[in-house]
Amino acid sequence: MSAMRVISAMSGGVDSSVATARMIDEGHEVVGIHLALSRTDSNGKSRGCCTLDDARDARRVADKLGIPFYVWDFSTEFAESVMDNFHAEYEQGRTPNPCLRCNEKIKFSAVLDRALALGFDAVATGHYAQIEHGPDGVELHRAIDPLKDQSYVLGVLTQVQLAHSLFPLGGDTKVQIREEALERGLITAKKPDSHDICFIPDGDTAGYLVRKLGEQPGDITDASTGEVLGRHSGTFTVTIGQRRGLNLTVPAEDGAPRYVVDIDRASGTVIVGAPELLDVDFIRAINPIWAGAPLGEVAVDVSTQVRAHAEPVPASAYVHDGELIIELHEPIRGLAPGQAAVIYSGTKVLGSATVASTNRVGQNNSLHGS
Amino acid sequence: MLPQARAAWLEVSERVGNASSLHTSGRAARRVVESARESIADDLGIRPSAVIFTGGGTESDNLAVKGLYWARCAQMGKSSRTIVTSAIEHHAVLDPVVWLSEHEGAVVEFVNTDGQGRVSVTEIESALTRGDVALVSIMWANNEIGAIQPVHEIAELCKKFDVPFHTDAVQALGQLPLRLGDLEATAVTISSHKIGGPVGVGALIVDPFAKFTPVLHGGGQEREIRSGTFDPASIAAFAAAIHYSVSDLDDHAARLRELQEYLIAAVTSAVPEVILNGPNPGDARLPNNAHFSFPGCEGDSLLMLLDAAGIDCSTGSACTAGIPEPSHVLLSMGVDEKTARASLRFSLGRDSSKEGIDQLAQALPGVVERAHRAGSVSA
Repeated sequence: MSAMRVISAMSGGVDSSVATARMIDEGHEVVGIHLALSRTDSNGKSRGCCTLDDARDARRVADKLGIPFYVWDFSTEFAESVMDNFHAEYEQGRTPNPCLRCNEKIKFSAVLDRALALGFDAVATGHYAQIEHGPDGVELHRAIDPLKDQSYVLGVLTQVQLAHSLFPLGGDTKVQIREEALERGLITAKKPDSHDICFIPDGDTAGYLVRKLGEQPGDITDASTGEVLGRHSGTFTVTIGQRRGLNLTVPAEDGAPRYVVDIDRASGTVIVGAPELLDVDFIRAINPIWAGAPLGEVAVDVSTQVRAHAEPVPASAYVHDGELIIELHEPIRGLAPGQAAVIYSGTKVLGSATVASTNRVGQNNSLHGS
Repeated sequence: MLPQARAAWLEVSERVGNASSLHTSGRAARRVVESARESIADDLGIRPSAVIFTGGGTESDNLAVKGLYWARCAQMGKSSRTIVTSAIEHHAVLDPVVWLSEHEGAVVEFVNTDGQGRVSVTEIESALTRGDVALVSIMWANNEIGAIQPVHEIAELCKKFDVPFHTDAVQALGQLPLRLGDLEATAVTISSHKIGGPVGVGALIVDPFAKFTPVLHGGGQEREIRSGTFDPASIAAFAAAIHYSVSDLDDHAARLRELQEYLIAAVTSAVPEVILNGPNPGDARLPNNAHFSFPGCEGDSLLMLLDAAGIDCSTGSACTAGIPEPSHVLLSMGVDEKTARASLRFSLGRDSSKEGIDQLAQALPGVVERAHRAGSVSA
């Protein structure tokens, strides 16, 4: 690969630190960028900044590696494209993934666009995924390390975006990356992984949404009897498949666990029932985005992943009326509208779409030949 | 650092002794401090007792604003709580003023500036006429757009109304002749590192009869107004830097003016749509900078691309994490945020040369074109 001018997105974590170092080793001209995505105003002035430690760590790694470093302020774009969307989706009873949204709208869109305008060739990140050059263009593949594979959250990238993206870590395991960070003497080598949504650092999504959207209490009812079993403080505080934290006041007769199986946004009702009610084998997903050539109307064999660390499930997939239809060969449990379904051929990402509706096992799922 | 300042610092740094101690080495250290005080007083046309050494411009501004306000309140009570200042002041003045209004009951009156960044003397006069003003603080010259303020006129007015007047002269020192004995000011802030002295030392030049409530309480080393052990090496170097910059002032300013005109001409011809912020070069503007807006450009990108071309410049200021902020000076002059963000300040100093400006002029068209593209994708 010839030398390129590369923007390395440095979060201040170990992964992007090593990714940056590797880009330099490969001979690219690298500039480090830390993205300021949310800001806390002190005294009503916007002089306070989020994640000061992360920004500092990123800066110190750039110092160590001897590359220029800047902070790019994308807080306005992030608030509009990611946070507002997150609130609106939950309010509509859906379960969005803000990391996918950020990759789609910020990291590989606004940041990439700015980088290209400034004369850079590519954006590198510390995501665990692999870029391969196939006969029909650039392909996005799963990382070697199944525990860290992040191809799911990159499933929203188009061919054009992938052609300007570099993922230097996908061929190694997390353990190897940490060892390498130690060997390189990077101060981020032992920094713990981040798992939470970056703008909800305490991990309490329900509490965050109640603060943002206000309490919107309603009933929790039994799926089979319709009996009221408890109250919730907003349909957005629960998610399909959730079992814990429902505080049901009426015990189940057979003592069996009950799960959120449906959310009726119109009446503000959360419906709970037996886990079997969560099993779905048919997905209708909207707004498909293709990594390469789009699927056609003829069903092809794929594997489908519906959340960041879910097992992929074999399925047949095809496009119908501009929507992605996925017929699962085996059911999956607990899939909420708003989640992204990413489809793969082997390790290769074909594309993704947003789950709009699902059918339970046993319902008539066929769009073809009915 | 100026060689003269470095030499003075090194010489003193070899000696020991606390300048407030009474033993021999203490007295020797004290001699260094007092000689420096006399040298500075001589160069600025004031009495040595007017010089209060501090830890730099920010401390001096805080001492002047808070110290004068508190002393005035103690003397006059609630009848005079208004602080008259401008929105283009340095944050070392603005933030203490805002803090006093949020925590100590001060009322802040920001006087307007004209399109060139010059404050309105008429507004200051009408505020003083009302009779409730605790103090007036107006900078001698603005650090971003170079506008020189009518400080002598303002000082005369304040004297007439018997209201304390503070001016932050950090930017003016070494650029303009400062005959402080001719200025009817209560307090004047100066700082060492802006004139080639060490960082971390400055002074507040005070009217010896004025009352200040201390900000730093302690040993009372500086006439009970400022506490803290003297730093004789830095103080000696500060004095050396002032002496050099005052004696070299005419030549230096003339050289900077020539470079400033060259810089403005070069930038204007490289980027015809550029807007020069602040007064035109001449008596109304400091000779050591030029501040431009590049309409339609992404400000962060301009800085980054020029940095890559080996040219240092600055936007407004940056927050702790390093996000460039739009200039509060431009915003207060009515410039919209987008244009304020598309603005850069180029400073000229002893190392600046026409060759450096030529290099900038050569890089600018390409840089502006790219920053313009980045500006349109992010819009």
